[in-house]
Amino acid sequence: MAEFQLPRNSRIGKGKVFSAPADAKNTKVFRIYRWNPDDDSNPRVDSFEVDLDTCGPMVLDAIIKIKSEIDPTLTFRRSCREGICGSCAMNIDGTNTLACTKPISEIKGEVKVNPLPHLPVVKDIVPDLSHFYAQYATIRPWIRTQSTTPPDRERLQSKTEREKLDGLYECILCACCSTSCPSYWWNGDRYLGPAILLQAYRWLADSRDEATGERLDELEDPFRLYRCHTIMNCTRTCPKGLNPAKAIAEIKKTLMTRRGI
Amino acid sequence: MSMINPLARARGLGSAKSGVHHWYAQRASAVLLILLTGWLIFALISLSGTGYAEAAAFIAKPGNAAFLSVLIITMFYHAMLGLQVVIEDYVHHPVVEIILYFVTRAGAFLCMALGIIHVLKLALGA
Repeated sequence: MAEFQLPRNSRIGKGKVFSAPADAKNTKVFRIYRWNPDDDSNPRVDSFEVDLDTCGPMVLDAIIKIKSEIDPTLTFRRSCREGICGSCAMNIDGTNTLACTKPISEIKGEVKVNPLPHLPVVKDIVPDLSHFYAQYATIRPWIRTQSTTPPDRERLQSKTEREKLDGLYECILCACCSTSCPSYWWNGDRYLGPAILLQAYRWLADSRDEATGERLDELEDPFRLYRCHTIMNCTRTCPKGLNPAKAIAEIKKTLMTRRGI
Repeated sequence: MSMINPLARARGLGSAKSGVHHWYAQRASAVLLILLTGWLIFALISLSGTGYAEAAAFIAKPGNAAFLSVLIITMFYHAMLGLQVVIEDYVHHPVVEIILYFVTRAGAFLCMALGIIHVLKLALGA
């Protein structure tokens, strides 16, 4: 059932406040979701006042600064700090995005930082993505062929065929889109969600793949695919500027083509 | 707490291998409804200011009776498909889900039948 209230043990309590040093002139408050599985308390939102004059430009810079200088227990994922690994996906200022490519200057007032919505929380802003990755595995995201590999060369692709993968191959599986989708919130156990469907389409669109029919068989399902109601949150939130909604529409169109009118 | 493997959970019961028909029917009926609602608005405007006898005579014409019948069927068919999606989206209790599904289906078919009977009654002058 759709849930409109947080479970009792997820309701957010009052958090700690950490002020900036007295000599800091240019400060900004970061309100960060905190939850520790090891103590028995409810989640809380801590306020960290950060001196921006000694901080890098991105939200991730501020979060790293908080961990290094204010509270070393703050837990988050990060790796590449340049928008290609997808580790630091989180909800910043109400929108899912990558902390490493989100400039602090774009945010008016306090910066609210929360974990990606509607996923189990491991700790602080680290969500449990096991189901998301398992869903990715279900589409078997690799080339599937019946013909044997040419002995002397690669499987070739024309320029136009290769161009069909543009806007698809750039997906870094950060899960910003899937966790922004209300359909994925309510039915994420069965609905594959925009990220996985975009990846599924990436293989449908690949001229070298020979398993289109089997892939479509696996996708044709009222829950796996057709929970998409073109809400478009996925496309609006994608930090890489991709269009998962369009990829899903292409899958639906392909299924229609296969069926005939 | 479940010890089930994440992949087993994600693969679940497998693909139902259906859904295209529902998706297509919902869109096709929507397009049909746009056209038929246009006709209905036109009919209502042309009948405004007249009485029951004129309206009954209008519906009694075979063309109008056919349009109105198709409109009634399409409207409840479309509503039935839409309500099914709402139930699938929000109701996650298996028994309640099935009951609501049958209630909306039965309700839609009943409304279709009632509508058609009334149109026929006027058209055939029974």
